[in-house]
Amino acid sequence: MINTLITTATGDWEVVIGLEVHTQVKSKSKLFSGAATSFAAEPNAKVSFVDAAMPGMLPVLNEVCLEQAVKTGLALNAKINLHSVFDRKNYFYADLPQGYQISQFYHPIVGEGYLDIDLEDDTSKRIGIERIHLEQDAGKSIHDVHPSKSLIDLNRCGTALMEIVTKPDMRSADEAMDFVKKLRLILRYLGSSDANMDEGSLRADVNVSVHRPGTPFGTRAEIKNVNSIRFIGQAIDYEVNRQITLLESGGTIDQETRLFDASSNSTRSMRSKEDAPDYRYFPDPDLLPVILTQDYVNHIKENLPELPGQKRERFMRDYGLSLYDATVLVSDMETPLYYESVVNHMKSWKDQKEAAKMASNWVCGELFAFLKENNLSIIDSPISSEKLATLLNLIGEGQVSGRTAKEVFEDMWTSGKDPAAIIAEKGLVQMSDAGELATIVDKVLVDNPQMLEQYRSGKDKLFGFFVGQVMKVTGGKANPQMTNDILKEKLHVK
Amino acid sequence: MTELTRLTYGALRQKLLSKSITVKETIEAYLHQMAQTRSLNAFVSEYADQALAQAEESDRRIQSGAPRPLEGFPLAVKDNFCEEGMRTAAGSKILENFVPTYTSTVVKRLQEAGAIVLGKTNMDEFAMGSSTLTSHFGPSINPWKAKGDNADLIPGGSSGGSSASVAAFSSLGALGSDTGGSIRQPAALCGIVGMKPTYGLCSRYGIIAFASSLDQAGPLTRNVEDSALLLREMAGHDPKDSTSLVYEVPDYTKALGLSIKGMKVGIPQEYRPAGLNAEIAQWWDQTIQWLKDAGAEVVDISLPHTKYALPAYYIIAPAEASSNLARYDGVRYGLRVPGGTLDDLYIKTRTEGFGDEVKRRILIGTYVLSSGKYEDYYLRAQRVRQRVTDDFTQAYAKVDVILAPTTANTAFKVGENITDPLAMYLQDVFTVSTNLAGLPAISVPVGLSNDGLPIGMQFIGPALHEERLFQFAHVVEQAANFQLMRGVGI
Repeated sequence: MINTLITTATGDWEVVIGLEVHTQVKSKSKLFSGAATSFAAEPNAKVSFVDAAMPGMLPVLNEVCLEQAVKTGLALNAKINLHSVFDRKNYFYADLPQGYQISQFYHPIVGEGYLDIDLEDDTSKRIGIERIHLEQDAGKSIHDVHPSKSLIDLNRCGTALMEIVTKPDMRSADEAMDFVKKLRLILRYLGSSDANMDEGSLRADVNVSVHRPGTPFGTRAEIKNVNSIRFIGQAIDYEVNRQITLLESGGTIDQETRLFDASSNSTRSMRSKEDAPDYRYFPDPDLLPVILTQDYVNHIKENLPELPGQKRERFMRDYGLSLYDATVLVSDMETPLYYESVVNHMKSWKDQKEAAKMASNWVCGELFAFLKENNLSIIDSPISSEKLATLLNLIGEGQVSGRTAKEVFEDMWTSGKDPAAIIAEKGLVQMSDAGELATIVDKVLVDNPQMLEQYRSGKDKLFGFFVGQVMKVTGGKANPQMTNDILKEKLHVK
Repeated sequence: MTELTRLTYGALRQKLLSKSITVKETIEAYLHQMAQTRSLNAFVSEYADQALAQAEESDRRIQSGAPRPLEGFPLAVKDNFCEEGMRTAAGSKILENFVPTYTSTVVKRLQEAGAIVLGKTNMDEFAMGSSTLTSHFGPSINPWKAKGDNADLIPGGSSGGSSASVAAFSSLGALGSDTGGSIRQPAALCGIVGMKPTYGLCSRYGIIAFASSLDQAGPLTRNVEDSALLLREMAGHDPKDSTSLVYEVPDYTKALGLSIKGMKVGIPQEYRPAGLNAEIAQWWDQTIQWLKDAGAEVVDISLPHTKYALPAYYIIAPAEASSNLARYDGVRYGLRVPGGTLDDLYIKTRTEGFGDEVKRRILIGTYVLSSGKYEDYYLRAQRVRQRVTDDFTQAYAKVDVILAPTTANTAFKVGENITDPLAMYLQDVFTVSTNLAGLPAISVPVGLSNDGLPIGMQFIGPALHEERLFQFAHVVEQAANFQLMRGVGI
């Protein structure tokens, strides 16, 4: 258990956080129209008559979006509601052509579930999911292009969103950020959303309250439309601070909607509860209730991809990786693919676990360091997984030492050459001839009589000195294992 | 030329196929009649040029021996059906200059079957009304006049322009939409046949919505056969309307002439309240007698929740309308009255663009959906709707079809009732239950009141039993031998 209480001069405060994460559903067309979903289009180029709410137009549900929501629900261990209904959320705005958003208020497609997040002390915490529903996105109002007019772009209008609502189970900004990170990873593994915050395809409403431990929850403020994980953390920190300061100075918290301003790193009031619009939800009479069969749900369940948690478990079980290494390797979509490709190509390694450990060290070590230094992502790595595996195979075959391999890796990175070619070219082949090595060991012992004397009189630590001398003489090419074995034999170490 | 406009489609088609007349001559006759009856204000736009061009195309098809099922059918279309390139205003100032770039599925299907659209017909604004009095383009006039009284009468509504046109021979058939009686009531008041199909039988794609869960397109015609012919081409699944039913549409004309011997007709006691217009009650009894004569068995039934249907309707329909009409905001199309702020633009545009009745219903709808009222009004109305539906389900366990008057009165004078919304809402008392339950119903003219105005009776059937309705309506049509020409002074 990590202590998340905040201690001030007046005592402890507990923070309570719930999230409503809005994420764009990955689909070629919109939720209720055939118009394409696209960001890189001229304004108003991807708008159907339905999206523009022309008279007489009717919505028709895109079943791909439905399947994506079911997939997401299943991945979040949630109940799939076989009966769900689309409702209209009525309000007027210039970028909402229908005058209502089609959403699911009374009967969402996905009910209660959960997601476990990892805490710093290697324990995990279960965050409850309240519901997931499908809804339409609105268009975009652009106020800063024309001095006196607002411009409307309806390309985004009608694209499908999933709203994932959590229970108020998070107790710190870190937990909230970890939740969103983990959720985002799952959405990407599922392919149900790109969950890309830069493109606005993932944004969150953050509900924050504070209270004294053991007392009922405090009044919450809702921070609308926070569009990065970092901002979620900052908004929570600011809001917690504001609320505690206000309460400690004898004030009260208003139930209100607030906005996060990234430039000042603060939140400000948008509207109070009294000013909250009455959305007049009612079932959309243009759409029939959505009725799913258990077979349909089962079919989707059977075809779910391996999720990050499952992959991590498999890496630990099958490859003998540590929790830490496995967590690092599954933390995006591409790394585990690269990693497993390396492992699968390490044919000269007899012991798969040994190979897997070696691959993990190289991917998380050398490769990540070079990628980071060059600001590259793993899919842009100049060293392919096959080439890295070739290098690691040479280590496995005793052709090259681990130390030399690092030099070869660096060369591969810049020249793009094959590791064997680099080794041949630079004469880096490991010396693994027992006779040849024995001759060198003998010469080292003869050349250092004083050290030999000291060693024999009990200074065991000097063993390393002799290994170093062999390496020096061979330019680092001596097979370390063989050097050790021969030295031990010559020095009569048991 | 006038005689051409008096023919049924069956008779017209025979003449067209035998080449004794052309589609062009037929369309010219109708356009002539349209011009002669312009004072009725049945049409809000006329498509003479387009209709004549299509007539030539139809004639070519007939010449080449490949006529389509409705080749050359002179059709009027209610002004809430979108047609590409043709102004579609739905009786509202807010859409006065709106020209769609798409065509409603129903119009498209009829056109593809060979029907020729002569023009768009007047209607109550956004189909909210039973008289056409709420139209921005002024009321339509019923071709009928009461005996010895030259006062203009309303044609009913909201499909009043369509019914006036069909009764005045300026179209052979017309499209209407029925949300709470908007096809059947004007059909009854104009002495023609009005068919409201099962909810979901005809696509709503491209029809300007009033109340989505109730709206249904249907034909208005001068006889049952033409109704069956039009419906057959209109109906059928449309993937562009999620509420459209997957259903194989039968040839409805095959039901015409089938015996009703031994079939059971339910007479709902709730439709015969103490103060029911005596003449309407009398024609109801007469209709029952005709059915008995044809061998049907008449059974008294009860639809106990009938009295709650009208209030429930006037909650559900405005609720949906308040949301459906939110899109008319002056931002993208239609009327825009500039304002200093976005809210100002909305307020000015909608204040100027909508008429009183539409505003009234938007207010009612907004109220019944608002926080704290939703459970008391909207949800309760939905429960009533379920009860009303259950009433019918139980009734159809005992009877094949239900017979009731379409309206409580004959056509009233232009200018009456308009100040009293409640009196207007009561016009729908016999028709709304059918819409709430999503059932099909057909109104047929049975006779005239003492002052010479048409009276209609409606058959209400189980879902997707349109064939049965045509079968019964045809029996009554034969027995009544209703003569449209006799009353219409045209």
